[in-house]
Amino acid sequence: MSMLQVSVYRYNPETDSAPYMQEFQVDTQGRDVMVLNVLAMIKEQDSSMAYRRSCREGVCGSDGMNMNGKNGLACITPLSEVVKGGKLTLRPLPGLPVIRDLVVDMALFYKQYERIQPYLQNDTPDPAIERLQSPEDRDKLDGLYECILCACCSTSCPSFWWNPDKFVGPAGLLQSYRFLADSRDTATSERLAELEDPFSVFRCRGIMNCVAVCPKGLNPTRAIGKIREMLLANAT
Amino acid sequence: MVTNITNFGRSGLSDWLLQRASAVILALYTLFVVGYLLLHPNLDYATWSGLFGSTWMRIFSLLAFVSMAAHAWIGLWTVTTDYLKPTAIRIAAQAVIILAIFVFLVWGVQVLWGA
Repeated sequence: MSMLQVSVYRYNPETDSAPYMQEFQVDTQGRDVMVLNVLAMIKEQDSSMAYRRSCREGVCGSDGMNMNGKNGLACITPLSEVVKGGKLTLRPLPGLPVIRDLVVDMALFYKQYERIQPYLQNDTPDPAIERLQSPEDRDKLDGLYECILCACCSTSCPSFWWNPDKFVGPAGLLQSYRFLADSRDTATSERLAELEDPFSVFRCRGIMNCVAVCPKGLNPTRAIGKIREMLLANAT
Repeated sequence: MVTNITNFGRSGLSDWLLQRASAVILALYTLFVVGYLLLHPNLDYATWSGLFGSTWMRIFSLLAFVSMAAHAWIGLWTVTTDYLKPTAIRIAAQAVIILAIFVFLVWGVQVLWGA
């Protein structure tokens, strides 16, 4: 017998007046499966269980959720990494409105992403071939471009919880720096001018929750520090 | 760009830099005062008064008071914008904080230069 006790956050706004935790007993047959596999087993018991998933290998970023208190991707988180005392608690990503069960409304998260203009801007005439970059300049984008926008970092950030409409959040700021650091982008000063207010960047208090939870091992806090350095260099 | 009018420097960047500069000044002032008290175990009024009578100590103290004012304004403004969501309550709290900082600053100057 290798029953795992799983407590899952349930909420269906059409039938429930308030969210509640539902208990499931899942037979893992002693295997160290991923949390996403456990969710699939739960869905066999109760087909009304709602969660997002797609690639099931940590690439699409759909199944970000809170597992035993820590945000992460269910598909690449083995039970041995999160389960304490034979118990697993699954909740939706904190801080965002719940649509149903483990599915959250990511609109605010995407709005902040959109705000930092996550695309290359270059006002010089198009060259006949691609805009080339030296290997050294290309290296500056490592640790930045790999973000899959799963929202694990931003929804673990208290500053994002309190001001999701004003603070860009770690995910958006990592991408902001990805374009600030790009040698081919010419909109650097316009980008910086959008970020110097007390909220967009400076609401970051450097507690590094984002770094602790990033399933891709990225470091938004370092990127935010680099943006601050650029702002400071630009304004002093 | 998020617009703000009640933060100290009207800019997140200047607030951020001032918060760090004022923290360094306050740390130095604290270390000095604590160190002075430790080095003078039998401190009497004349020595203490003489310390604050010297021009350099008055400059240092005033610098620390002004740093404290800026530091408190920036820090508490941040707290109000994090936790006080209703606008009326937030503005009222900010007004009380700024008024208190002003009162303490003038009072500090009076203590430093008065009598």
